[in-house]
Amino acid sequence: MEFSEVLHEAITTLTVNKLRTFLATLGIVIGIGSVIALVSLGQGTQKSVENQIQSLGSNLLTVTPGSQRSGFIQGGAGSATTLTFEDAKAIEKSLLGTTVSYVSPEFSRRAQITASGNNTNTQVVGVIPVYTEVHKVSISSGNFLTQYDLDGQTKTAVLGPQVVSDLFEEGDSPIGSLIRINGQSFKVIGITVSKGGVGFQNQDDVVYVPLTTAQKLLFGSTSLSSIAIQAKTEEMMIQVQDEVGYLLLERHKLSDPTTADFSIFSQNDILSAASSVTGTFTALLGGIAGISLVVGGIGIMNIMLVTVTERTREIGLRKALGAKRKNIITQFLIESMILTFVGGVIGMGLGILVSVVISKVINSPFSISGLSIILVIGVSGGIGIIFGWYPAKKAADLQPIEALRYE
Amino acid sequence: MIQVKNVCKIYKTGEVETVALNDVSFEIKKGEFVAIVGPSGSGKSTLMHILGALDLPTSGTYILDGENVGNLGGDELAEIRNRKIGFVFQAFNLLPRTSALKNVTLPMIYAGISSEERLKTAKEYLKMVGLSDRMDHTPAQLSGGQQQRVAIARSLVLNPSIILADEPTGNIASVQAEEIMEIFKALHKKGHTIIMITHESDIAAQAERVIQVKDGRIVN
Repeated sequence: MEFSEVLHEAITTLTVNKLRTFLATLGIVIGIGSVIALVSLGQGTQKSVENQIQSLGSNLLTVTPGSQRSGFIQGGAGSATTLTFEDAKAIEKSLLGTTVSYVSPEFSRRAQITASGNNTNTQVVGVIPVYTEVHKVSISSGNFLTQYDLDGQTKTAVLGPQVVSDLFEEGDSPIGSLIRINGQSFKVIGITVSKGGVGFQNQDDVVYVPLTTAQKLLFGSTSLSSIAIQAKTEEMMIQVQDEVGYLLLERHKLSDPTTADFSIFSQNDILSAASSVTGTFTALLGGIAGISLVVGGIGIMNIMLVTVTERTREIGLRKALGAKRKNIITQFLIESMILTFVGGVIGMGLGILVSVVISKVINSPFSISGLSIILVIGVSGGIGIIFGWYPAKKAADLQPIEALRYE
Repeated sequence: MIQVKNVCKIYKTGEVETVALNDVSFEIKKGEFVAIVGPSGSGKSTLMHILGALDLPTSGTYILDGENVGNLGGDELAEIRNRKIGFVFQAFNLLPRTSALKNVTLPMIYAGISSEERLKTAKEYLKMVGLSDRMDHTPAQLSGGQQQRVAIARSLVLNPSIILADEPTGNIASVQAEEIMEIFKALHKKGHTIIMITHESDIAAQAERVIQVKDGRIVN
């Protein structure tokens, strides 16, 4: 019997009881649909997190101070005041132009900002002009801070779009107006382009001031909270990490790397940490959806068992007329595979639709891989085989006389 | 052609043993028209199952066309039934919601015959039983006699060694039953071997030879 005929016969049989066929398929539709929707949601989240981390700058290494140790008391990471502007200068002097393209010393702290009666608490970052290059910050209106502002310790500020919307009425241009940071007046000279940041480091909710102003006039500190270093190429990052490490150890007069009072992490470290978190998240969602797929498969098995019982006489007749085991098994397996396959394809369509809608709503990129489509088709066919096998075997094992006598 | 030697069939239900056939031996030659008769519970249905390769004897041998059927496995028995035996059942046993034509092609499907060949052969045999104008009807649209004629056409398509009919007129009005018997007689004249199981003596009387079964034994 040719395959096309088996297929045709199975489809004819399945259309006899349309409601039952529909309900059996529905379980698989929901199972496959939710796997597709949730996995693609997870992958979308992963991509959006990766994009955001990459938007912080490329080939980026960040040096942060380690924890302060006085006697036996270990302070929190970042509490040390050992990282200085001179460290940044030294890195620039020895590596700039060879393996490093930019060195950006930064000092950041949260502060209360007020303007025209509104106030907000946000991150104030003391920067130097190369900050825009390292962190891919663009200006939407006005200008960024210049070397002049740095040298003159001017009280000028560049605002992130979030701060602008928090402090100013819509339509008002903040350029040229005054804001107060911790009680001191600053003149707004520019606004940055929105990066659409969400989550742990919102790059829109930030106020940039000259590094020297931040250190001396605002917060009275001589240390840095971080030094951002951009390597020339991705391949050089490890080398730069080593070179900066040795340079700082030497400058801080430390011989043992385990006692280092600073730490250097690369963007790739953050990226892979974030990826592994979102990857786990995706796997978790997929696993939950997978359970519904198994439930759908059990539904198929149930229906196929009912079908086999109902058609006992038919099976008996077919065996009496010469059907072999494999003929009967094939007949029933094809039926269950059609159920799961059709369910899988419909579920995939539905899942893609749902994930496109979700990604539009939560504004994350929609992502589906060709691999997952192939996987879905394989899995749904496989479910048909796994859950159809037992009913099909049961049918094939029926004794022809018993089956013919069955009422 | 058919040799049944010392065949016993014992059914076990828990501890209870029921002897359905007790040391049965007979022969049927090619081209014979034999009726197997007996009251219900006599063992004639069991005998038919064994002759039809639907069941195996507990002991003894059944040789069909020189082949010892008692030694065969499930799929080999299926092949014997397919090639050598044409079944006609009391309850017709046609596939519901399936046209007469498709029903007749069924044994040929399992014999691996191409689909054009199947349709051609099926049409020939439906014509032979006088149903050329009803080929697209489903069993529900046919009378009992017509359904049984479809079943006879189905039993013939692979040109089997024997036609095994189990109470073929049992579910049919008497006028139509006559027509069915005429078909069997005509087939016998053409040289087919026919074994008919029945409990009606007037039907059995139309056969060449009668084998009477009682309490699991042959009595004549």
